Amino acid sequence: MMGSRRMLFLWLVLAWGQNAAAEGFGLDALLPALAQNSGGRARFNEKKFIALLDQPVESSGELVYARPGHLEKNTFKPQPERLTLDNGTLTIEAKGQKKSVPLSDYPELAVFVESLRGTLAGDRAALERVWRLYLGGSSAHWTLLLLPSAPAMSSVISRIKITGEAAQLRSVEIQQADGDRSLMRIEPIRVEP
Amino acid sequence: MKPLPKRRRVYAILAWLGFVLACGGTVGRANFTEDMSAFLPASPTQEQRLLVSLLKDGMVARLILVGIEGTDALTRAGLSKDMAQRLRDNPDFSLISNGDAASQARDRTFLFGNRYLLSPAVGAEHFSEAGLRAALAESIEALASSAGLLLKSLLPSDPTGEMVRLLGLIDSGSAPSSLHGAWASKDGTRALLLASTRALGSDLDGQQQAVAAIRQAFSAAAETAAMDLANPREPRNKLIPFMLRQAQHERNQVFAVRPEPVEGLIQRLPSSLPRLVLTGPGVFAVAARDTIKSEAIRLSLLGSLSVFMLLLAIYRSLATVVLGLLPVASGALAGIAAVSLGFGVVHGVTLGFGATLIGEAVDYSIYLFIQSQQDSRQWANRFWPTIRLGMLTSVTGFASLLFSGFPGLAQLGLYSIAGLLTAAAVTRFVLPALRPGVFCRRDFAPFGLRLLDCIHWARRWRWLPAALSVAACVVVLWHRDSVWSHDLAALSPAPAADQALDARLRADLGAPDGGYLAIASGQDRDAALAAAETLGAALQALAAQGVIAGFTSPALFLPSAGVQQARLASLPTPDELQRRLRGAVSGLPVRADRFAPFLADVEAARRRGPLRQADWQGTSFALVVDGLLLRQHQRWLALLPLRAPVAGNPIDAVVVRQAISSSGLAGAWFVDIKAEADRLYAGYLREAMVFSLAGLLAIAVLLLAALRSVKRVARVMAPLLIAVLVVVAGLALAGQALTLLHLVGLLLTVAVGSNYALFFDRGRQEAGGKIAPRTLASLLFANIATVAGFGLLAFSKVPVLQAIGVTVAPGAVLALVFSALLADFDP
Repeated sequence: MMGSRRMLFLWLVLAWGQNAAAEGFGLDALLPALAQNSGGRARFNEKKFIALLDQPVESSGELVYARPGHLEKNTFKPQPERLTLDNGTLTIEAKGQKKSVPLSDYPELAVFVESLRGTLAGDRAALERVWRLYLGGSSAHWTLLLLPSAPAMSSVISRIKITGEAAQLRSVEIQQADGDRSLMRIEPIRVEP
Repeated sequence: MKPLPKRRRVYAILAWLGFVLACGGTVGRANFTEDMSAFLPASPTQEQRLLVSLLKDGMVARLILVGIEGTDALTRAGLSKDMAQRLRDNPDFSLISNGDAASQARDRTFLFGNRYLLSPAVGAEHFSEAGLRAALAESIEALASSAGLLLKSLLPSDPTGEMVRLLGLIDSGSAPSSLHGAWASKDGTRALLLASTRALGSDLDGQQQAVAAIRQAFSAAAETAAMDLANPREPRNKLIPFMLRQAQHERNQVFAVRPEPVEGLIQRLPSSLPRLVLTGPGVFAVAARDTIKSEAIRLSLLGSLSVFMLLLAIYRSLATVVLGLLPVASGALAGIAAVSLGFGVVHGVTLGFGATLIGEAVDYSIYLFIQSQQDSRQWANRFWPTIRLGMLTSVTGFASLLFSGFPGLAQLGLYSIAGLLTAAAVTRFVLPALRPGVFCRRDFAPFGLRLLDCIHWARRWRWLPAALSVAACVVVLWHRDSVWSHDLAALSPAPAADQALDARLRADLGAPDGGYLAIASGQDRDAALAAAETLGAALQALAAQGVIAGFTSPALFLPSAGVQQARLASLPTPDELQRRLRGAVSGLPVRADRFAPFLADVEAARRRGPLRQADWQGTSFALVVDGLLLRQHQRWLALLPLRAPVAGNPIDAVVVRQAISSSGLAGAWFVDIKAEADRLYAGYLREAMVFSLAGLLAIAVLLLAALRSVKRVARVMAPLLIAVLVVVAGLALAGQALTLLHLVGLLLTVAVGSNYALFFDRGRQEAGGKIAPRTLASLLFANIATVAGFGLLAFSKVPVLQAIGVTVAPGAVLALVFSALLADFDP
């Protein structure tokens, strides 16, 4: 049983690697492709698995992105909240209050928001400042793994896994060092031409 | 030539010596001050009294704003941390804030430890089973938000979300931003640090010591940083463990980690040397004191020297020059003595004003020396009445300053009156006694004749003063809204550039800059706090309506005893809380046994009892707590700074006042500080104008009594008034808004110019019905001496002195020219 699982895993890794190699698919191909993405809107559903709680907490809403520095996370449920990133300034609107802060003041949010923005913008330099990048899959179905390179970071987040189809992000999973994790699924809203 | 009887000469000299000794004795025991608040008004209304005491000694006056510029952001932050560490060991400072991790952690730990006393949500209802369930459900919901990852570590110890509630109440968007773990300006080019001195704002020696300590800490920190840079192995070895330590430390904080960007370590090339900038009321006051001290000495010396050289060129006799300066010296001495006796303290600016007295009082001896070519007794009969009238005119003008509410202006008035009376008396009675013969062997009659020819020639432009006055009227009317400065800051001793820097640092630090205050008061501290709580409820309603954006209250940090007791009483015993918690979690995705830290913390709060003001010492909030609670004349005041809904837009004072009055609180009121300060200043400006006009009227009455002819009075006053008008127009054209001090300068112009006009008027009695040539020469020399004395002030860095110089020097010249043009010459 165990053996066949390991075999399956091995096979998967090999297939993955072959796939990537066959298409010449790598960071050099993916990130510029992502950088072409001018922007768009998407629905998201996020589940946070927190050890303290017996069930995951769930939130949903919309993501808006405009190349290269504008990112918006509008949460509709359970509590309306709007998070806007614009050129390094984070604006938080919740419970009728609006607050703007430099991203550097909120490192935990900054990590999440910047990893997402960096991926969306294909900003390899920004990503590699904080993360080591590993890419697998094909250009149609890829998985990007971000592992922290600074020790200060690895004590909070152990990895971020981003999956996507072509130039479209489909999920972001953040694994925290304490074992908690959050999984965000992204469903693009197709705009009819 | 009949010399004075010897006995009278001896009496005169002895009396003078006695007077000088007495004055010298008084001056020797006089208190001197450079505290610029002498130029702050002694205020009439309650709001204004409070305002002035806040400006002088309040929390705001004890703040020193520190900026570090140059080099790169990481070095700046490092310098800030190093400086903060050095200064925190210094007992001169009650608080050093720079947003470093350690003090933030301390602040948060303190808030966290006292959350059940401080959170307004705490009450019996809040800790009932239903209340707990609602709060828990809300906290769990909050975990789903973007801040959820931050909040989850708080859940076991703070399931009711009091800490988040507290931070929301306290932070309210005013905290400075951070860069590399230290406060930085919004554009990131300057590291920021806030120091609060133990010394009061009015204790200039204490402030100076604090400023020196900050500079010293900066140079020491900069030196250490430079050594680290010079030895490239050092910083890496030192900084990396430091960063790790820092990260470790921050992990232990209530609010987890703050990752340090790594790239700064690699590209750590110094772009330029670090610079220190300091602002704040104390810094300005110390700088002003230094400037005033050096300027008063420098200007007095320069003024004396230039007048000395001028007189030497005219008299060509050292003895005569020295004699000529005796009235000035005696007058200055008498002026200081009079101010010391009258006010108990002499202001540095008053001393600086001594320079101006040189310009005016030296005129008297010039008149005596040049006009009395043959005999000083004949001079006494022929010219003294005119000089006396001119002197009395000046004294009348200055007397109007005595009634000013500005202590500084009243000092200037008394100084001038005593100085001029003394100088004139010494000229009249002592100088002839000291030198019975001829003062000046040179005869200036031929020179005077040539001058007279010039005037005859120039009188074809007699229409000029009238035309200029019309033009000046047009200019003044055109600029009528901007002629007078209505800004109290115009009187600030700090140069405009420093004030602008201060405003920028304040904006970046979110430091209190006044703005709007709601004030609650009570018999004692607790009554004031209870009143602040009631007032806070009214303000909360205003915030909900959007009339104000928010407010800070000392009662937030130090709830009144009643409220603290009520909150403590509402905390259940551990067993009871455990029981309710079990009930509360049913149906929620969490188990009650997760909350052991919560039970422990509630029990600890119950046992610890109420919070006192002193408990805040050592946290950044001590500044707020101490600064917003004041004791004033047996009453305690709680200050609640309000924030305008849109930054820069005014708060609707009427609505706020209405809300305060309908809250039923006695002794609560609203102050718009900027408007109040400007109103205060406008009041004094108006008052000074009224007094000046009264002085002008008094001068007219005096002249009418002496000259007994309306026409002659008009001829004397016209050139002076036109000179004043033209100076005002000139300053308006130059874009210099007039302040109270310009008004003083205009008054001085009238005082000095009245001598000229009176001598031209006196010419009617002379041979040929026009001014005597020697008199004319003496007027020109007197004018040059005046311009030399006042002209120097125009270059002063002290705005007070500069205003007087820039007004009087051109005014005196114009007064002489207009007097010459308008005099009744032709038969």
